[in-house]
Amino acid sequence: MDFFIHPYIPNALILKEMLKEVGIENINDLFNDVPKVNFDLNIPILDEYSIYKEVKSILSKNKVYKKCFMGGGPWFHFVPSIIKYLITRGEFLTSYTPYQPEVSQGVLQALFEFQSMICELYNMEVANASLYDFPTAIGEAILLSSRVTGRRKVIIPSSIPEDRKSVIRNYAINLEIIEVPFLDNGCPDLEYIKKIINKDIAGVYTEIPNFFGVIDFKIKELIEIAHEVEALAIIGADPLLMGIIKPPGDYGADIVVGDGQPLGIPPAMGGNSLGIIACKNDMRIIRQMPGRIVGMTKTIRGERAFTLVLSTREQHIRREKATSNICTNETLLAIAATIYMALLGKEGIKRIAKRIFHNTQYVIKRIKEIGLDTAFKGLHFRDFTIKGINIKKLNKFLKEKEILGGREISENIGLFAVTEIHKKEDIDEFIDLLKEFIRRN
Amino acid sequence: MISLEPLIFELSKKGRIGLYIEDCEIEEIPKEFLREELNLPEVSQIEVVRHFTRLSQMNWGVDTGPYPLGSCTMKYNPRINEELSWMDEIQWIHPLQDIDDIQGILEIMYKLEKMLSSITGMKRFSLQPAAGAHGEFTGCLIIRKYHKDRGEDRDEMIIPDSAHGTNPASAAMAGFKVIEIPTNEEGLVDIEALKSTVGKRTAGMMLTNPNTLGLFERNIKEITEIVHDAGGLMYYDGANLQGILGIARPGDMGFDIVHLNLHKTFSTPHGGGGPGSGPIGVNELLEDYLPVPVVDFDGNKYYLNWNLPKTIGKVRNWYGSIPVLVKAYSYLLSMGSNGLKLSCYASVVNTNYFMKKVSQIRGFTIPFGNAYRKHEVVISAEKLAKETGVTALDIAKALIDKGLHPPTIYFPPIVKEALMFEFTDTETKENIDKYIEALKEISDIAYSNPEILKKCPNKTLIGRVDEVYANHPKTMCLSYKMYLRKIKENI
Repeated sequence: MDFFIHPYIPNALILKEMLKEVGIENINDLFNDVPKVNFDLNIPILDEYSIYKEVKSILSKNKVYKKCFMGGGPWFHFVPSIIKYLITRGEFLTSYTPYQPEVSQGVLQALFEFQSMICELYNMEVANASLYDFPTAIGEAILLSSRVTGRRKVIIPSSIPEDRKSVIRNYAINLEIIEVPFLDNGCPDLEYIKKIINKDIAGVYTEIPNFFGVIDFKIKELIEIAHEVEALAIIGADPLLMGIIKPPGDYGADIVVGDGQPLGIPPAMGGNSLGIIACKNDMRIIRQMPGRIVGMTKTIRGERAFTLVLSTREQHIRREKATSNICTNETLLAIAATIYMALLGKEGIKRIAKRIFHNTQYVIKRIKEIGLDTAFKGLHFRDFTIKGINIKKLNKFLKEKEILGGREISENIGLFAVTEIHKKEDIDEFIDLLKEFIRRN
Repeated sequence: MISLEPLIFELSKKGRIGLYIEDCEIEEIPKEFLREELNLPEVSQIEVVRHFTRLSQMNWGVDTGPYPLGSCTMKYNPRINEELSWMDEIQWIHPLQDIDDIQGILEIMYKLEKMLSSITGMKRFSLQPAAGAHGEFTGCLIIRKYHKDRGEDRDEMIIPDSAHGTNPASAAMAGFKVIEIPTNEEGLVDIEALKSTVGKRTAGMMLTNPNTLGLFERNIKEITEIVHDAGGLMYYDGANLQGILGIARPGDMGFDIVHLNLHKTFSTPHGGGGPGSGPIGVNELLEDYLPVPVVDFDGNKYYLNWNLPKTIGKVRNWYGSIPVLVKAYSYLLSMGSNGLKLSCYASVVNTNYFMKKVSQIRGFTIPFGNAYRKHEVVISAEKLAKETGVTALDIAKALIDKGLHPPTIYFPPIVKEALMFEFTDTETKENIDKYIEALKEISDIAYSNPEILKKCPNKTLIGRVDEVYANHPKTMCLSYKMYLRKIKENI
């Protein structure tokens, strides 16, 4: 193959000259130790305009819904314009994990602020710089509880969806997972937990709101039950819900995990994910935390500075004894979430949570007015179920009206959601369509 | 303490907000559960823009200058790929939309998978894993299930001492006992040690080829044979694929499982540490073990295939780092078969050109002999450290003062005072020459006035970071909340 000019490969046409300095004539001499096999990759090379045209034309086959009522995540929240503008700045976008703190203060400080804001939301004192996504964060939290307690059993709610359980089972592959049945509000049965819990249990996990959108007001009791046997209480808490209700930290939760996607991150077919993990200020837990953690420190000149800390927990130093294998995480999306939380601030996050809660109550009220009901009792936040209608047919009907319907939980139960982007008129239209659907069927 | 840019919390002033949201009243939540305290900063939109713009200015990226981190493959990140990944048709798609609604992205996933298969010589890929280490973990889960399904009790994973730290960490997470094997004097897997290590408990071997020294394991066929004969599987860590991209394929070498790092070899940006993407490829033997769903084509439509009888299940939510996949696909089109090969050639020539020049500088040696390297080379500053007291860390900080981002340091652990350089295909000869010049100057100073180097960097916005202070339990500060508490407690 002849060397040819290419915009991404500046040395392409001087490679021969450089080879001479190495002392060889033929490029193949650099690959003498590699077994020769002939293959053809068959990938065409396109100019930039053609790539643009090609990819755009393929992607035009995707349908973008203007209105979405799909529950269970990822959710369609509003994403402020400046997030994309800031996170695609080349200095953030094209940087590596900040190993050299003197030239990486930007990412380090942003991650410290991310950790700090997560701690404020959940009232915890320590958070890491992100994990891959929500299910892997639950998996890591469960492993963390096992390392801290030296125990090998964990309790999780049976209400969480199968795909999330599958991830958890893979992470906790060497642990025993016990599923707890749920009550008519979809929350775990605490009496059941009390009966089965003992000193073999490493951690007890639950979610708020639960998968069906119901706010669990028994978090405090669950944490107490876990603490009675010195197990760790792990709470999966929606970050936006924290704008209106007391956070798990207020009740003594040991570990909090969360799905960061609602914090200013577009859904991207589930491909933009951000796993959150936080813990209380307990060195036993902190020393076992997975992933990167940024700390505030000083320089030898006395300035404030930020750097990666506790790296002796990590894979590049501790190898098979590391607390996790995670290396690359979701830093850029953590920065997006940081910008989002900074924009909202104390007042904004309350307002947005109130707006979502308000919309949820309104849609449920209207659902009941037309003779339908949620499948689970209790106060809902963002997600809600509708029972008693054929969800597949309903979704098909909504699709004709350019609306993305709900997630099928069973044939006649669907999981839906409203966020702050839904106006009263949108919800009224949704209800009118439900009415029409019932009338027709 | 002097601070270049205050924390966003310190910019907060009551009554400011960065986004207009209309307030509303809610009444249903019982008072005892209502949130009272919530100490998020209160800042206006312009303050947010300025704060994060200033932070970005305090950060190094490929867009700023050369970034020769070994094993990280810091290539140029073309903006056209970025732009395409930000289209509404990617960003505002829900994973549960009807198949008819997502034909576009499924087509890209399908075509990307085919390209990755032909590049690696593997049968099928799952695009699900979120990063390289996540791909390794997925691969280890597949190995575990494969043996279990065959009724075999194999719990040992063989990993060379030169491997990336993620290899043993991933194997351990999947429940394997890690058996480390030594590197021989040529910098390659010690075949005799491997032979005496494999046995009935061998589940597999994880190997990076070219390895972290930049050396191609030329006995690869023998290695795979030894492991296969013992009943184990071969796992290929694709972090270093750049060194043989378009020239050789792990599938042809006998590997059963491969992970790739799209954020390395396929030029998607690292974003300060993610999002990445670590697709995992397997041969026919393991096709049915991949995470679900995979993307298939029925001749008419692309669809998500959940029907893999032996699947390990899922390793993350949904289907993969979708925007990253679009960027990698777009990148592959910009290179074509010949461009990928050219990319490999350029990075390998860059490495050997650099190695040749550096080996002539006083105090630096090339451990494990002078054989040609592939995409990266590890230099040892052990001699310099012994003779002058100037360490790899000092050299890194001195490079920063010369406007050059340091290489990976102290890795792999089998090389003392290691400096691991990877220029990729992105770097110009002029910039590589700058590194050579800079290392010469640093060597000269080390032998004449080493103390100067201990205080580097001096030209950065901040001075050398105190890592001891950062990690001491008394002074360690991991959040603003902790910071406020420490101030209160006068620490």
